[in-house]
Amino acid sequence: MSGAPTLALANVSKSFGAVRALRDVSLELFAGEAHALAGENGAGKSTLVKTLAGVHRPDTGQVLLNGEPVVFTGPADAQQAGVAVIYQEPTLFPDLSVAENIFMGRQPRRTLGRIDRKEMHGQARRLFERLGVALDPEQPSRGLSIADQQLVEIAKALSREARVLVMDEPTAALSGNEVARLFSVVEALREHGCAILFISHRLDEIFSLCQRVTTLRDGAWIASEPVAGLTHDDLVRRMVGRELGTLYPKEAAELGEVALQVDRLTREGVFTDVSFQVRRGEIVALAGLVGAGRSEVARAVFGVDRWDAGSVSVAGRPLPAGSPTAAMGAGLALVPEDRRQQGLVMELSIERNIGLTGLGSLRRGVTISRTAERDRAKDWAVRLQLKFARLSDGVGVLSGGNQQKVVLAKWLATKPSVLIVDEPTRGIDVGTKAEVHRLLSELAGQGIAVLMISSDLPEVLGMADRVLVMHEGRLTAELSRADATEESVMNAATGRAA
Amino acid sequence: MTTATAPPEQTTPARSARGLVDLVFRARELSLVIALAALVGVTASVNGNFLSGQGIEDILLNTATLALLAVGQSMVVITRNLDLSVGSVVGLVAFVTGDQLASGWGILPAVLLGVAIGAACGLINGLLVSFCRVPALVVTLGTLYVIQGIDHYIAHGRQINAVNLPPGLLSLGNGSVLGVPYLPLITLVIMVAIGYYLRSYPSGREFYAIGSSPEAARLAGVPVRRRILLAYLVSGCLAGLAGVLWLARFGTVIADSAHGWELLVVSAVVVGGVAITGGVGSVYGAALGALLLTTIGSALVVLRVNPFWQQAITGALLLLAISVDRVLALRLARLLRNRSRHG
Amino acid sequence: MAKVLRWDVLVGALLIAVFAAGSLTSPGFATVDNLSFALGDLGEIALIALAMTMLVVAAEVDLSVASVLGLSSALVGSLWDGGMAIEAIIPIAVLTGAVCGLVNGLLVTRLGLPSLAVTIGTLALYRGLAYVVLGDRAVAQFPPDYTALAVNDVPGTPIPYPIAVFVLLAAAVGVVLHATGFGRALYAIGAQEQAAFFAGIRVKRIKLLLFVISGTVAAFAGVVFTLRYGSARADNGVGIELAVIAAVLLGGVDFDGGKGTLGGVIAGVLLIGLLRNLLMLGDVSTEIQSIVTGLLLIVSVLTPRLVSLVRPALKGSP
Repeated sequence: MSGAPTLALANVSKSFGAVRALRDVSLELFAGEAHALAGENGAGKSTLVKTLAGVHRPDTGQVLLNGEPVVFTGPADAQQAGVAVIYQEPTLFPDLSVAENIFMGRQPRRTLGRIDRKEMHGQARRLFERLGVALDPEQPSRGLSIADQQLVEIAKALSREARVLVMDEPTAALSGNEVARLFSVVEALREHGCAILFISHRLDEIFSLCQRVTTLRDGAWIASEPVAGLTHDDLVRRMVGRELGTLYPKEAAELGEVALQVDRLTREGVFTDVSFQVRRGEIVALAGLVGAGRSEVARAVFGVDRWDAGSVSVAGRPLPAGSPTAAMGAGLALVPEDRRQQGLVMELSIERNIGLTGLGSLRRGVTISRTAERDRAKDWAVRLQLKFARLSDGVGVLSGGNQQKVVLAKWLATKPSVLIVDEPTRGIDVGTKAEVHRLLSELAGQGIAVLMISSDLPEVLGMADRVLVMHEGRLTAELSRADATEESVMNAATGRAA
Repeated sequence: MTTATAPPEQTTPARSARGLVDLVFRARELSLVIALAALVGVTASVNGNFLSGQGIEDILLNTATLALLAVGQSMVVITRNLDLSVGSVVGLVAFVTGDQLASGWGILPAVLLGVAIGAACGLINGLLVSFCRVPALVVTLGTLYVIQGIDHYIAHGRQINAVNLPPGLLSLGNGSVLGVPYLPLITLVIMVAIGYYLRSYPSGREFYAIGSSPEAARLAGVPVRRRILLAYLVSGCLAGLAGVLWLARFGTVIADSAHGWELLVVSAVVVGGVAITGGVGSVYGAALGALLLTTIGSALVVLRVNPFWQQAITGALLLLAISVDRVLALRLARLLRNRSRHG
Repeated sequence: MAKVLRWDVLVGALLIAVFAAGSLTSPGFATVDNLSFALGDLGEIALIALAMTMLVVAAEVDLSVASVLGLSSALVGSLWDGGMAIEAIIPIAVLTGAVCGLVNGLLVTRLGLPSLAVTIGTLALYRGLAYVVLGDRAVAQFPPDYTALAVNDVPGTPIPYPIAVFVLLAAAVGVVLHATGFGRALYAIGAQEQAAFFAGIRVKRIKLLLFVISGTVAAFAGVVFTLRYGSARADNGVGIELAVIAAVLLGGVDFDGGKGTLGGVIAGVLLIGLLRNLLMLGDVSTEIQSIVTGLLLIVSVLTPRLVSLVRPALKGSP
């Protein structure tokens, strides 16, 4: 483990417009070492990964390969240098076979440079044997489960004989023994002299797999240190920058009548038999692994997707399937998971975005009243302490936290009785996160029923009156605030009996 | 409470999913062959001449140019793009090379000139689409009209007459070897070569990768822009060659050769199973689509159906093809979704 | 983000420059008669451009408009030839256009097909049907009252009737696009369809309506075209979709949707009209006109992209 690091970043900074994603970050990856990258959502981890992968080029600072400065002009350069990256979202070609996905650009050849398909399939099969999985190399990758897609990505990295393997939350969608299998593969690679960079939200995994850890906060480097000797709390403190206890201000509120009632809701192949209710003044968290079907339930309840069986009612009145317009009319609001695609129209201004949910109520005669539109935006911007220059500015120039406030404003302006928030604090800074938590607590206090989907366990445990846990499309547990612990929630989320 | 599925159980859904996907794509080529057979059968039973040597030769000759264009077009469509300018390139090349041949050029220089003109057009399209990132439809619609305008400007109402062309060229258009006419033979050779390249060479597979997921292709280090440029270049070159073949076949041309053929070509490609959204299909399917459309045209004449129906049928077939593709894809996605959960 | 230079203003300035250049170089250009004629010649393109603007703002496109125009013209000719009264023919033709638009819209919204592919298909289909209806015949001798309506100016003004209709419709579209909830919804759909849908906007219904409007307007333009030339033919208006799309894109509407103003489009339409007129006065052949239109189309999509490539900063996805 002596000598120059296999791959390193030295004082790297990277900005996107006004957003400074990385500030003066350094990182050293050594052969035979598994290195963890810790940080909250939005801390700059994904940007760092993409810089190592050659997708982004640093504004300042250097990438060093075996101690020598290199410039990756594109992903191809990084791959050439032996860097393999497994992204959070698998990046497969759905129309091509599994084997072709693994070997794209590096297929085994026979005479005249032609692809040797038999050899390619054989090699793929041997890779899968090494990984201990039964995947058919000739099947198209369309329709593979997320876990299987992840395995194809790992096989791809294996086949490259990568010297550096970067894994961006590879376990987010995996079940317990899939994770165990992945870890044994990674362990073997490490022993072979591969340098590993591992990103995970599950701190346990960092402690069991990695030797060193680097922490990022708001794009800045905080610490690089051996894992041995650190405690959970130490790591969390570095990530969050303050003590945990002060973060979650949910106060007990008077519970009113049932506001949202979901009965045996089923969408074939996505989720099955989901039943629950949320009362006025209550915050109910929906926990589970990525891909467990939580967001899908929220989408169906709000009418973005149709459901196949079951029913949804708001304040006792049934909702029709597949109509967001009807859901809004009944008093439902959904702050979606993907802010940039679903929450906001990035090209439009702050006021237009906030006005979008009230096109009917802003009408004066035939036309929209610009005064009413502006007043609505101004009112909510002030109430949510939005930081902005002008309401006519595009939302694209705002920081992640302020963008999330615009989404919240847009929905709170509809005066909902049921508010569904999907990952409400993903990718926003710590200060705004606390503000969002305080806001949700206030809203519950005002008698709004809140359904919160979150992958952030401390957030779930801190905010929720009740925790529902999903696993593979089904509700597997309902825990009261007192019964909900990290362990009980994770057990239910990974399908282990509680 | 089940924990997790053991590996052996996982193979079952995987295998059957593969079978399912295979079936969907085979079904397309199979249904094309069946449609073709039914069409030929019905038409032949009404009029026996349809299956005479001359009848078949006519269909093959008419298919040759369209199939050549369809082969080039399918390369472009596989990368999730479109080239609407091919028809106008054929017109321009047919006239310009005709002009040169009539003034005494040899056949080979004329062919080279034609291909070079096509390559230049393809290069412009490709550069605009791949490096300037302008929507393919708009660019090639624009170049379609520019090239057409240049064609008409050069022609200035004149006409190239067969009598002024070298006899060698005309015999290329009408002659045959061992009973097989030259033109379809040329198309066949090119089709097989490109089909083989796309299937059996690493860089050939990259065209499919780009169309299947441009973002993933970029991350996998595929030279996306260069491949798209190459696709347009090939499409342009083949359109140039098709222009010379057009001249060889008809001898007498005005500036309007292959006017409006871009629609026919796109229809042939899509009917032949190349997905308009990229990543799927083969040049063989595209050529089969060209054969079907041409046969329909000939059958309409034989069946004494108002020939004006042909264009409407072409459009309807295109709509049918994309609709069927879409419905099948939705069904498939639903099936796979269910299997991945319940498997 | 205060833009220093807006695209639609730029096109407006270009329009004035072309006008000035035309007045200086071509003596017959800046006369009331010529300009009135140039406007009248622009009628169909201008009308269809209004509907196309709304579609492109919503990130869709309708390539079949010229074919709907041709089908409408062929229907008018065929029915008139068959002895039907022109008062009955016109509504039938326009209604047929609405049905054509409905078919486009249903294929796009119900099956989720790209409008590009669908309308390339119906471009062939509708033109083919036009030939089926009328063959390669030409029908003429329409009632003079009606042909006059398509050619003459509104009394006391140099404005031809079709352009008067255009002005009224343009005012309506301008209000809809820039001051109503429907308009707000169009921009949102074009810029980020998912977000619009999540905000409770009935995306599919709106798109369907846009296609129906586009078909209806194109068919109406077919009637105008037929009466203006006094001749119904199946190949009437071939290729007009190009001029329409060129005008819309030239006017600063982004082909990817979500951006553009009606003012820009009107400037784009007029610019194309003036250029055509100048080329005609300069005795330049129609071939050159086709080249100029094609080049304009390419330039109008290329320039904004080049500008955005040269000026990277500001946007960029983290």
